[in-house]
Amino acid sequence: MVASYVPLSYYLLLSGFLFACGVVGFLIKRNIITIFMSIELMLNGVNLSFVAFAAHWHALAGQVFVFFVMVVAAAEAAVGLAIIIAVYRTRETLNVDQVNLLKL
Amino acid sequence: MTSSLNLWLIPVLPLAGAAINGFLGKRSSRRAVSTVGLFFAGAAFAWALAVAARVSFPHQPEFVAHWIRSGSFTVDFTLYLDQLSLVMLLVVTGVGFLIHVYSVGYMWDDPSYYRFFAYLNLFMFFMLTLVLAGNYLLMFIGWEGVGLASYLLIGFWFTKDSAASAGKKAFIVNRIGDFGFLIALFLLIKHFGSLNFDQVFQSIAPMQPETVGAGLLTTIGILLMVGACGKSAQIPLYIWLPDAMEGPTPVSALIHAATMVTAGVYMVSRSHVIFERAPSALMVVAIIGTLTAFFAATIGIAQTDIKKVLAYSTVSQLGYMFMACGVGAFSAGIFHLMTHAFFKGLLFLAAGSVIHAVGGEQDMRKMGGLRKKIPWTFWTMTAGTLAIAGIPGLAGFFSKDEILWRAYQASWAYWLVGLVTAFITSFYMFRLWFMTFFGEYRGDAEKTHASASHGAHGSDAHDAHGGHGHGGVHESPRVMLIPLVILAILSVIGGYVGIPGSLGGNNRFDKFLGPVFHASTPADAENAAMGEKGVSEHTTEGPEPETAASTELMFTAISVLAALLGFGLAWLLYYRSPQLPARIAASLAGAYQTVVHKYYVDEFYAALFVKPLIDGSTRILWQGVDRNIIDATVNNAGDAAAHVSDEARHMQSGNIRSYAGWIAVGSAVVIAFMIWMWTQAR
Repeated sequence: MVASYVPLSYYLLLSGFLFACGVVGFLIKRNIITIFMSIELMLNGVNLSFVAFAAHWHALAGQVFVFFVMVVAAAEAAVGLAIIIAVYRTRETLNVDQVNLLKL
Repeated sequence: MTSSLNLWLIPVLPLAGAAINGFLGKRSSRRAVSTVGLFFAGAAFAWALAVAARVSFPHQPEFVAHWIRSGSFTVDFTLYLDQLSLVMLLVVTGVGFLIHVYSVGYMWDDPSYYRFFAYLNLFMFFMLTLVLAGNYLLMFIGWEGVGLASYLLIGFWFTKDSAASAGKKAFIVNRIGDFGFLIALFLLIKHFGSLNFDQVFQSIAPMQPETVGAGLLTTIGILLMVGACGKSAQIPLYIWLPDAMEGPTPVSALIHAATMVTAGVYMVSRSHVIFERAPSALMVVAIIGTLTAFFAATIGIAQTDIKKVLAYSTVSQLGYMFMACGVGAFSAGIFHLMTHAFFKGLLFLAAGSVIHAVGGEQDMRKMGGLRKKIPWTFWTMTAGTLAIAGIPGLAGFFSKDEILWRAYQASWAYWLVGLVTAFITSFYMFRLWFMTFFGEYRGDAEKTHASASHGAHGSDAHDAHGGHGHGGVHESPRVMLIPLVILAILSVIGGYVGIPGSLGGNNRFDKFLGPVFHASTPADAENAAMGEKGVSEHTTEGPEPETAASTELMFTAISVLAALLGFGLAWLLYYRSPQLPARIAASLAGAYQTVVHKYYVDEFYAALFVKPLIDGSTRILWQGVDRNIIDATVNNAGDAAAHVSDEARHMQSGNIRSYAGWIAVGSAVVIAFMIWMWTQAR
């Protein structure tokens, strides 16, 4: 099998790195689009760990999950981008620090 | 045994009257209200008379309804009728009915006419419950109930500050006495497992008198006496009764002279089985009674308010009754209770009639010379005054003489104080009589009727005689005079039921009550074991009858002398030379002021109890406990929640990245925790 050549830990490290990139991006970036992309990055980091485990344990459940995640991510992207456009139309900015109407 | 006499009707009838007048009276006419009030009071009296005619003793206690059943301890609504309660029953319903009649005239102009009759009927209900109760607890219900009625009626004109506080005073002082009564009941339950008169007295009857030290019975006796002190206005709890005169005059007559205040005497007499076996408790009763009789009488000398004089006189006469009970002469005490109900009820009603005549004035210094103007009131009041002063042939003479004689047999000291008190009684009563009815009219004739509806007694000033001219002092309407006349007749002849042996009578009253009081005296405990004759032997007591009779006659002569002396002194000071009292008062300024201020007892109590209580409540309970502990706890809890929330509020900044940061921190903590758990599990 293909997977046996690359150890599991490599995949996991990459997955963790991707996820951390997403988190950091989410926390430090101000542009909503960048934040959105960071979220996608986190999702894909998790997807990578799913498929790695699935290959490692020869279990299909992980791959099925990845499909679910991709479906949800696609839906989220559709809704999210719509919201972003709506926000931009009303606020004329994509800076999250200025989109703070929901606070107390 | 007679069949059921339906005793329950007697208290329930006035209750029905109270309910009808209380709920519907506001919308009814005065005529309807008086009809209802009089009908139910009169019906109770009529039924009491019917009962008196049909009853034969001993009468089984009548069971009405279950009340408390807890294990072996049972208290039921049971009505108990013996000679003692029959006497009380007739006095309460009879005098009560007459005073109801009087009130129709006296209260006619009061805007709360219906309320007055509702309360009055309510009082009758509770008083009759008290008198007919077959156990201490039911008696206590009546006891508290009359206290309530008394409170309501003292504060009847509650818009007047002094009336409202007099009502409170009466209620609170009575609570102090009730506390003693209650503890006594608890002790009875604990040691005898019952509160029914029959059962309690049966278990006590075989006990020996507690001659040495103070045992259980002495404790119970003294506690009962504490209760009696409150209700019957004895030292040290008498202070509420004079203030109770703020109530309408018929109330003073009914509750604070004739019936309710004698409840203590009744209760002590009812508990005679206990007291007879507790000589120390009896001595306490006698001493309290004697002291009260004397002190109250001396206060009465200097009072100028006509009702206050009568109030202190009532306290003093109640002292006589307790003196009688204290020396074991319970029937003499009850005899005096009965005659006192007649003549003191009469005196109060007559005083009310006087007050009515002079347009609400109560100060005797502003009366005088009323003899000709209100002859009916004058003559009836004369009968009452003669009766209370102990002039031979009238009711008070026989009963007071009987008490003094029995007191002498116990100790000459009681007799001496009693005799001096009799002299003072005669003095202050004739002082009242002379000041009110003789000499010149000292009031302001013009003002009299202009002020007929002035604030203090506006409501009791005038009744149904708008028709005839208000030219000045005038006689009361007939509806008020008839009760006066009937009570005057009773005051004159009421004593003849109990003429003592030394005066040629056979003391039928004492014999009538005999079965109640003599059947179970300690000495009889042995006699009863041998046979039935113990009962009849003990109905005449004291030393050998022949020698006693002449001695008793001598004592009678002495007390009559005292009464006449009192009359003479009053005549001298208040008729012959009316300027003399002022001079005497001036020369005895210190003593006079002390007496005028009622020995400063109110001030003393205020300083000793009331002020510390108010200060303690203000500083410790209110500002200390309530404010600093209870309020502070609640307030600080609220403040703390507000502060914490105020801080926590800033987390919710609306900044999406800070939210994300919190989520990251939170998940980091959770992950760290899980890893830690995982390492622990290994």
